[in-house]
Amino acid sequence: MTLTTCLILSAALFSVGLYGLLTRRHAVGILLSIEVMANAANLNFVAFAHYGGASWGQAFALFVLGLTVAEVAIGLALVMLLFRSHKDVLVDLANAFKH
Amino acid sequence: MTFTATMIVFALVGALAFVGSIFTVRSSKLVHAVLWLGVTLGMTAILFVQLGAPFLAGIQLLLYVGGVMTLMIFGVLLTKRDGDSELKTEEPSRERGALIALAVFAVLAGTIWLGRDALQRTAVPSLGTGWLGTSLLTRHLVAFEALSALLLAAMIGAIVIARRRDPDQPSEPKES
Repeated sequence: MTLTTCLILSAALFSVGLYGLLTRRHAVGILLSIEVMANAANLNFVAFAHYGGASWGQAFALFVLGLTVAEVAIGLALVMLLFRSHKDVLVDLANAFKH
Repeated sequence: MTFTATMIVFALVGALAFVGSIFTVRSSKLVHAVLWLGVTLGMTAILFVQLGAPFLAGIQLLLYVGGVMTLMIFGVLLTKRDGDSELKTEEPSRERGALIALAVFAVLAGTIWLGRDALQRTAVPSLGTGWLGTSLLTRHLVAFEALSALLLAAMIGAIVIARRRDPDQPSEPKES
């Protein structure tokens, strides 16, 4: 277990999340993919804090955790709104919010 | 190269996290996807412990596996459509997504691989949870307070967005 393997694993997780972000059409699925990506970023922060001596890494990871929680709350509220107005949650329908 | 217990645990946990993330983005039933996300996040918590951040691991389990996953499952179940729960994913977009994700991974991994000599670091002993708490209230105080304001704003915003607005009834009830 070295810094390099941690970074590679994190990059792999991030790419998988990006794949989900690009292919999911269900709004909750997109939120899940974003969670995977944020988790990968967090892993990087903690790994750098452990190996690189970047002492702020853990504090930053904590902030990222709080941010993603806020994002999930807002995201799910939007999902509920979308479902209530369209009875469906495919993000293509979100165009309707424009007017 | 000898394989120590730490390396074996890291390999196993990392592989599980990766598999979990794959199922999270590919599973056709969203409830399963949420549960697989829980696997990924739990495995990441184990990695946090290995990387000398036990407090973050606990927070990760409490906040994500306990809170966010429950919210997500609620979100999935409350927005269930009447018909099939299968996700319709367009095939071309799936292929393009895989291509883009692979390209991003290639760039990231290539960069890490090119800089592997600079990344040869030995582990620094963790400064501990007490130090983390102190730094949050001294060095990162502004960011910490900003985060609390953000959470409050997100809470109010979520309530405002998700509030039920009945189109049949006007917001100001008129005298009949």
